[in-house]
Amino acid sequence: MRRAYFKFSWIAAALLAPQLLIIFVFFYWPSAQALYWAFTLEQPWGGGNTWVGFDNFRKVLSDPYYWGSVRVSVIYALATTVLAMTMALTLAIFVDRQLAGYKAYRVAIIWPYAVAAPAVGLAFQFVFNPGAGIFSYINTIAPGWWDLSKYPWQAVTAIVVAGAWKQVAYSFVFFLAALQSIPRSLTEAAAMDGARPLRRMIDLQLPLLTPTFFFLLVINITDSFTDSFGIVDTLTGGGPFRATDLMVYKIYTDGFRGFDYSGAAAQSIILMLLVMALTFVQFRYVERRVHYT
Amino acid sequence: MTIKLATTAMVLLATAGTAHAEKIKFEYWYGLTGDLGAVVAETCTRFNASQDLYEAVCVGQDGYDKAVQNTIAAFRAGKHPTLLQSFDAGTADLMLSGEFYPVTQLMADTGVTVDWADYFPAISNYYSSSTGEFFSMPWNSSTPVYYFNKDQFAKAGITEAPVTWEGMEEAFKALKASGQACSLAYAPSSWIDLEQFSMVHNVPVASNNNGYDGLDTELLFNTTLHVKYMEDVQRWLAEGYAMLRTPAAGKSARDSFVEGECSVFFSSIADHNTIHKLTPAFGWDVQIIPTYEGTERKNSVVGGASLWVLSGKTEDEYKAAANYLAFLATKEEQQFLLENSGYIPVTKSTYDSLLAEGFYAKEPFINRDIAMKSLTWSEPTPLTRGIRLGGMIQIRAEWLAEVEAALAGQKTMQEALDTAVARGNEQLARFAQTYAGKSFP
Repeated sequence: MRRAYFKFSWIAAALLAPQLLIIFVFFYWPSAQALYWAFTLEQPWGGGNTWVGFDNFRKVLSDPYYWGSVRVSVIYALATTVLAMTMALTLAIFVDRQLAGYKAYRVAIIWPYAVAAPAVGLAFQFVFNPGAGIFSYINTIAPGWWDLSKYPWQAVTAIVVAGAWKQVAYSFVFFLAALQSIPRSLTEAAAMDGARPLRRMIDLQLPLLTPTFFFLLVINITDSFTDSFGIVDTLTGGGPFRATDLMVYKIYTDGFRGFDYSGAAAQSIILMLLVMALTFVQFRYVERRVHYT
Repeated sequence: MTIKLATTAMVLLATAGTAHAEKIKFEYWYGLTGDLGAVVAETCTRFNASQDLYEAVCVGQDGYDKAVQNTIAAFRAGKHPTLLQSFDAGTADLMLSGEFYPVTQLMADTGVTVDWADYFPAISNYYSSSTGEFFSMPWNSSTPVYYFNKDQFAKAGITEAPVTWEGMEEAFKALKASGQACSLAYAPSSWIDLEQFSMVHNVPVASNNNGYDGLDTELLFNTTLHVKYMEDVQRWLAEGYAMLRTPAAGKSARDSFVEGECSVFFSSIADHNTIHKLTPAFGWDVQIIPTYEGTERKNSVVGGASLWVLSGKTEDEYKAAANYLAFLATKEEQQFLLENSGYIPVTKSTYDSLLAEGFYAKEPFINRDIAMKSLTWSEPTPLTRGIRLGGMIQIRAEWLAEVEAALAGQKTMQEALDTAVARGNEQLARFAQTYAGKSFP
């Protein structure tokens, strides 16, 4: 392995400083604060805190409902990632094949990414609401069958679909860019050898997409763990009976609504460790199968 | 001539300048939103127009919980407002932090007079210390009632709206017999089903007189009449008298009532004004929340929010805030609030003079003072002063999640309430540990 060495330079340091300062102020400082709070009991209005060691972690980890929250967060992250990436890839391949109207689709599919998560949740209210949404038509055929306030699996499905819908746009852009960067000569050569579009996709395009695929996997999973708050808040509010109480939503309700800053800080640390561990696993085991050209 | 003009101009400028400089500003953060938020903003405009010494700068914070959250964040940065409108469940932490200026003290220090004895005991007990000192200023106050469809009641032959649960069940049966598919639009609410229910029945929600007497409090609601009531609710749902109507299930209880789908729903008296605006196509009225036969009925307690004065501001700002609070307490301003919302008067003298003027005899205010009857039913007992619990927001959330699980058939009501109590007790222990060595003032 080759290594490059750089001489220390004041100019480089000065140019880096603003960026490092921003990272310090907006990442390391709050993280350190959260870490400190996680080991204390913090009074919300200030006025002192008590050191309690690992008590906050012990309390959180011994709570069966917390493990329920971890479970549904993992399900949500995996399901949205798979769903979003599959849809994005399918759409990207269609646009890349330049089917009729692809120029309009190319622009339109990017839009959902610009929609804020709470707005996505609200929009999907109109789809999933058992009384007034599109899904309420099911209830006119089979009364009471679709009820987000009663059936946990329906509530989880609803947030997964809404979350995936929001993620599709981002993955789509990357997939499309990756597809378009595949040299035309390769595709044409394959076509001349008699490979039809489906065969070309499986043997040629998908293997060449693996770096993009891996990048999107990491980003999507991280994003589903940390950016699901707005959708849950507007679509289900964590219910019914905690079925959609994702980890990040629980942090918000405990910390900000319930003023339990220390418990929320401990949960944030656990969430951070979990996301780091998952990312590590992906780099360690998934990246091996990735071929960079 | 020119000299005269110049001097006049200078005098004018000078007075304008001093008048401007003398206006003392203070900030007020409130949680009410929508129409009610506009009413708050209007009180500030009215106050600013009523005198030229002080200026209230009022900022809406988009919800009670956000108002408290934002104020805490601002407080920690030293940029908090002088006045905060906070809801009941958010105040235990504030009380123990000591970072507030009790309003009795504030009025005494700034020389502003407020007749504290004029406040209804069910309201003053809720907002004052063990020694009777007002912590915060009552303003937008309410209490729960039930709303009923007069036409559907008449069709079912019910002449008087029941005030007992036994009578209510009879009414449900009569409604069903008359062809009314849904009698009660039910939405679980810990404020009504647990807290106010326990008040009017004089049963405890928690030990230590509902938390007033110490921090080592434990919840008791899984051992009281509350269990029977929740089991009755479950039975009414199973037997088809009641239907679950929550926004998550597609329709709120209020919408269901206004559309005429269900005959009865429970809510705050503050909804009285809203329902009038929604103009249902039938006659309707309100009644006090029922009690079980064999219990001696007690007062219900106040809900809504109160105004807290925070520590760390200047004397001038306190003086300005004191004047604003005294302004809100006047009869004219209380009446302004009542006319533009469903809230109730907080002082006896205002209520009495409104009665004498026939305020409650004309639409849309007819019978709105049934809430006063509920609030003043008895002198508050040690169990009906109110509830003072740390982690109240989580306790309410635990109750709701468990009750929802029981209503969905996941567990029995007793199991659900036992779990809610056990988890709530963990919150209380945690709260006591956070404020070790302190007690409610």
